[in-house]
Amino acid sequence: MATHFKIDGLKAEIEGKEILKGLSLEIKGGEIHAIMGPNGTGKSTLASALMGHPKYEVTDGSVELNGEDVLEMAVDERARAGLFLAMQYPSEIAGVTNSDFLRSAINARREEGNEISLIKFIRQMEGKMKELEMNPEFAHRYLNEGFSGGEKKRNEILQMMLLDPSIVILDEIDSGLDIDALKIVANGVNTMRSEDRGFLIITHYQRLLNYIKPDFVHVMMQGRIVKSGGPELAERLENEGYDWVKEELGIVDETVGQEA
Amino acid sequence: MSTQTILPIDRETLAALSQNNNEPAWLSALRLEALELAGQLELPVVEKQKISRWNLDAYGTYTKSAAIQSLSELPESLQSLVKLEENSSVLVQHNSSVVFQQLSAELAAKGVIFTDLQTAVEKHADLVQKYLFQAVKKDENRLAALHAALWNGGVFVYVPKNVEVDLPLQAVLMADDAAATFAPHVLLIADSNSRVNYVDNYLSTEAVGVDQVVHNGVVEVFVNAGAHVRFASVHHLNATNITYRRAVVENDGRIEWIIGEMHNGNAVSETMSVLKGNGSSSDAKVISAGTNDQKLSITTKAVHFGKSSDSQMFTRAVMRDQASAIINGITKIEKGATKANGEQTEKVLMLSPKARGDANPILLIDEDDVTAGHAASVGQVNPEQVYYLMSRGISKQDAERLIIHGFLAPVISEIPLENVQEQLRSLMERKLGQ
Repeated sequence: MATHFKIDGLKAEIEGKEILKGLSLEIKGGEIHAIMGPNGTGKSTLASALMGHPKYEVTDGSVELNGEDVLEMAVDERARAGLFLAMQYPSEIAGVTNSDFLRSAINARREEGNEISLIKFIRQMEGKMKELEMNPEFAHRYLNEGFSGGEKKRNEILQMMLLDPSIVILDEIDSGLDIDALKIVANGVNTMRSEDRGFLIITHYQRLLNYIKPDFVHVMMQGRIVKSGGPELAERLENEGYDWVKEELGIVDETVGQEA
Repeated sequence: MSTQTILPIDRETLAALSQNNNEPAWLSALRLEALELAGQLELPVVEKQKISRWNLDAYGTYTKSAAIQSLSELPESLQSLVKLEENSSVLVQHNSSVVFQQLSAELAAKGVIFTDLQTAVEKHADLVQKYLFQAVKKDENRLAALHAALWNGGVFVYVPKNVEVDLPLQAVLMADDAAATFAPHVLLIADSNSRVNYVDNYLSTEAVGVDQVVHNGVVEVFVNAGAHVRFASVHHLNATNITYRRAVVENDGRIEWIIGEMHNGNAVSETMSVLKGNGSSSDAKVISAGTNDQKLSITTKAVHFGKSSDSQMFTRAVMRDQASAIINGITKIEKGATKANGEQTEKVLMLSPKARGDANPILLIDEDDVTAGHAASVGQVNPEQVYYLMSRGISKQDAERLIIHGFLAPVISEIPLENVQEQLRSLMERKLGQ
């Protein structure tokens, strides 16, 4: 079945404060959508709410993946249904090796008794690590512990590659990356482009979009999408900033849920 | 009310028991003297646990089990722990007595002694008499005195000078009769410049109800100059557990403790190294898991007398349900122990809101020219970590399991014996899984 991800009128709050104020977006397999916007406009909240972070409460709206109600699912069920979020700040977990973690994640998608063989897993993992120019030693390091910012981001992309999701959300995957690392990460994403996979790229800067060409660009302000367009919109934002958008729409303060 | 009435055995019965076991006069006298002390002494002071409310009187009676010819006569759960090969050295205690023992011919030829303590009393009286109750004294408190009066079966290890024992000597101590006294005493003597690996497993079957009987055990290890002892012990008993382990380490000697306190009943466990000699060192790694309404007091302790002595202590405990644990780490550096170094870390992970854990690092230092450090933490499973793992499709239960494994991994992965690692992992799984 063709991938179809539909967000409709999504409202979400954290600690009683509403951050998402009715956001709608549709992503089909093969499409790359980028969400841009200044800090504090609700971009990362969108990513967390879609994945089901326990701190965020969805108060209204719906999210469907291939006709299934995502909001009814627990976090792990969302992942197994095909949702993947590359996080801005991945957790560090001492004592759990990267490879044990990855194998558990892969096996969580497989029937009991049909677990991936160790040899096959290692071959897959090592192949993808090579593509991402990761030191093989990272397989045996504890999950994200002591990783640099760039290493964590590469590790997120490694997980994406191994888990083969149908909807990928990249939350500020470019933050903290130098240009070489950015290219490697973008390369990893580009190799994953396919007709059955949709991407939602959340970013602050247009820079990343030079390497991953989006089909659609959306501007987020005040907890909702205020403007949509094609790749040319991203370029204009890079050149002219966000003020013209605010002016056009009569927005004075683009942020949401910030303390005055 | 006379104090006699609270003792689990009377003088006449104890004397008769000693006689029936053909014990020498010095040992009979020692037992009777200890019994008398037990009537006079107080319980040990155990911080923040009211052990006087525990079931500490159910010692049962001495129950001799029949010797067995082969390990296949033992319950399956126990057989999986022991890999008996021609060159392996294995001893099995069943309730009050040792029922099986084998020492590899090679080690026997080198003069290594590995037998039950009751036999050693008979055959190696000079050695036993010289060391028995020298590390853990019978007059320390009522529990130590009761152990000295009632100990049975037990393990005796002697490694002669310069002899190296690589393959571990393995002991299994099993209780499956709630009416039987189970009070093994382990006495290990490593003579100068020897090396020895020792592993034991204490376990009980369901026939022994939780906290229905008392296991009161003592371990004494003597590490002579330049000797190196690695002592691994995994306890998984339903009984109320009292275990005092103590090593006395001479010049340049080294003791490594690897302890798994995986009981189902209440437990007091103290593992202590007395670093007597210059350049002596100790390393203690302890893990524990508590469930239901278990109460645990886990203490590691190092006492430095020797110059340039070094102690490392590392304890990790996982508590769930209403279990509570008091984890003490005590580094004591005596005056004159210059250039001594002591480091300790205690960490407790709590899996449920009603679980309790106290980590108490204690440094008692009477010498200026030393270095010492400690770290302690008590916390719950980090919800961000659970979310992260679940966001990759891992179920909540598996996510928590991974985090618990990760928490214990720094101790378990350091254990030099693979089958002990495996056993601890599976015990942990059984105890904390569900």
